[in-house]
Amino acid sequence: MSTAFMGMPGFPRAARAAVNDAQLRSNLRTATRTIREKRDAAVSELDDWQDLRAAGQAIKNRTLRHLDLYLERLESAVQAAGGRVHWASDAAEANRLVTRLVRDTGESEVVKVKSMTTQEIELNEALGQAGITAYETDLAELIVQLSEDRPSHILVPAIHRNRAEIRDILASHMAEWGTPAPEGLTDDPRALAEAARRHLRDRFLTTNVAVSGANFAVADTGTMVVLESEGNGRMCLTLPRTLISVVGIEKVVPSWSDLEVFLQLLPRSSTGERMNPYTSTWTGVAPGDGPEEFHLVLLDNGRTNALSDTVGRQALRCIRCSACLNVCPVYERTGGHAYGSVYPGPIGAILTPQLRGTTAEPEASLPYASSLCGACYEVCPVSIDIPDVLVRLREQVVSQPGHRSEKAAMRAAGWVLGGHRRLGLAQAAATAARSVVPRRLPPPASAWTDSRDLPSVPGRTFREWWRDRAEGKESGA
Amino acid sequence: MNGSRERVLGRIRAALADVPAGEAPPDVSVPQTYAASHEQGERLELLAGRIADYRAEVHRTTGGGLPDTIAAVLSQRRTRRAVTASDAPPVWFTSTAAEVVRDDGVDVATLEGTDSVVTGCALAVAETGTLVLDSGAAQGRRIISLIPDHHVCVVNASDVVASVPHALHRLDPDRPLTWISGPSATSDIELERVEGVHGPRVLDVVLVE
Repeated sequence: MSTAFMGMPGFPRAARAAVNDAQLRSNLRTATRTIREKRDAAVSELDDWQDLRAAGQAIKNRTLRHLDLYLERLESAVQAAGGRVHWASDAAEANRLVTRLVRDTGESEVVKVKSMTTQEIELNEALGQAGITAYETDLAELIVQLSEDRPSHILVPAIHRNRAEIRDILASHMAEWGTPAPEGLTDDPRALAEAARRHLRDRFLTTNVAVSGANFAVADTGTMVVLESEGNGRMCLTLPRTLISVVGIEKVVPSWSDLEVFLQLLPRSSTGERMNPYTSTWTGVAPGDGPEEFHLVLLDNGRTNALSDTVGRQALRCIRCSACLNVCPVYERTGGHAYGSVYPGPIGAILTPQLRGTTAEPEASLPYASSLCGACYEVCPVSIDIPDVLVRLREQVVSQPGHRSEKAAMRAAGWVLGGHRRLGLAQAAATAARSVVPRRLPPPASAWTDSRDLPSVPGRTFREWWRDRAEGKESGA
Repeated sequence: MNGSRERVLGRIRAALADVPAGEAPPDVSVPQTYAASHEQGERLELLAGRIADYRAEVHRTTGGGLPDTIAAVLSQRRTRRAVTASDAPPVWFTSTAAEVVRDDGVDVATLEGTDSVVTGCALAVAETGTLVLDSGAAQGRRIISLIPDHHVCVVNASDVVASVPHALHRLDPDRPLTWISGPSATSDIELERVEGVHGPRVLDVVLVE
């Protein structure tokens, strides 16, 4: 389904390159630490946080278990409010739909609010092939677009770049896309934000079509909700004549009052703020105020695969806050690109394989991109048990063909461990051969030792130590 | 595209084979044990403090002092021209020397050349320091509070609610809503907060008691 990520290596190979990139690791370490501290402070302000989490989890479970009903309700409500609803079963269909909707307006340019869903379906590339230019308007997305890079974080797509790198990107590429960066641009974040403002201002004021995603879609009222910070969202959602929102089917929530839970959970988990600077909600079209035409594209693209797994289904509760990325020891060292998907980090490790299946790389390696430490589960505002789903997916991956040597090793281990005489003999043999045991194993076992340190064989076995201890010869292992 | 609608709904129903046929949404219980508000302080004090945390400025006044306060805020920001909603109370502008343009559908170019916008709001949320505009009385269209670089928002003390749940309860989802918590900001560069990318860079809140 992917072009930008096509041919991505499995996670272990991509991660090896990333962990050797000192600049990347330093950028990530600083960023994730900062945002972790902010989130902790914002969350600890609410003494009912665990109750909010429980409510958020339950509302999403209720929605998912009756998803057909809520989507039909959403569809009716949006139509009643003057919007049009379209359904897309996969990325290609969604891209065709959006392309046609843009063409119908007679325009060849669109402005975009940052949207994970449109990244997932690679809408910009599809529009480009149809001769339509899509301009990203979120500062971080702009940085990614200008540098022909890929986003590496759900919330802060250019988190892997520091200010000097960003300055160079803006200075050298803005002119290709429109208003150039000012002469003598410095790497002061204020100057960089100002350059983005100037670069995009005319674009906002003259572009007639906008494409967005949505954080939530309220079934009862047909209301769409977008949370953002910069005001580029407000620009896209209110200035153009036509607004097209591409929304995953799991983004629906049953009722307006459910937002009281999510508007508390999301900003505090995500940016670590009590509230993000701007939240826009709209229900269909409002005559004389904002777009005259509103289209909602409801996207499946693998979501029903995830829905069909009673353990994996919970991944669809995700509200894309990115808290799990920021606490993940694996993400902090590898960055987002290693995950080979627009959904990186722990949530990506369970979402991507479920959306795309586990038969190919990098999806098959993603369930292993975790130490199963559980920190992601602890911070998740809707209590997704990510470790549990990872284990479930590992089970799925190993039951596929292609894990012959590991299975053979496990069968052998099972035989050895199955009888204490056999174990004793194996241990004695290992101890005798202690000095010649290598640190790395030859193929195919090298697949295992390449990313792990092989433990050294101790001088005596635990059973010997226990026997000696009982006989009063205890002197430490 | 009707075929896709049926295909997606069909896949959803097939995926939910484990959900008992008789189960209704309310059978999945949602614990309502979370707080309606958090008692973090007196409402107006809390609101003022929280707004200030976003590096916006809060000006407290009374009904009688409002025209002078608005005049002072506009003068402090060197506003020559301000836009406001067509139904904003005329008394708001009796003291200011700035030119005031009422929004009777002003075009974007005019808004671009306007220094400030003065609006009311539907309500404000104390715990989060949020102003909510619903295009209702004294607020005008969404665009007017977006294009000028400076936003002055007048908040009546009686419209301050404690929490997000209280706010949602009072708001009408059929109206387009804009929730504003501080000035436009980005944290995309090394997570350092910078005010003003695309929305107003400066936010002044006038709290009328």
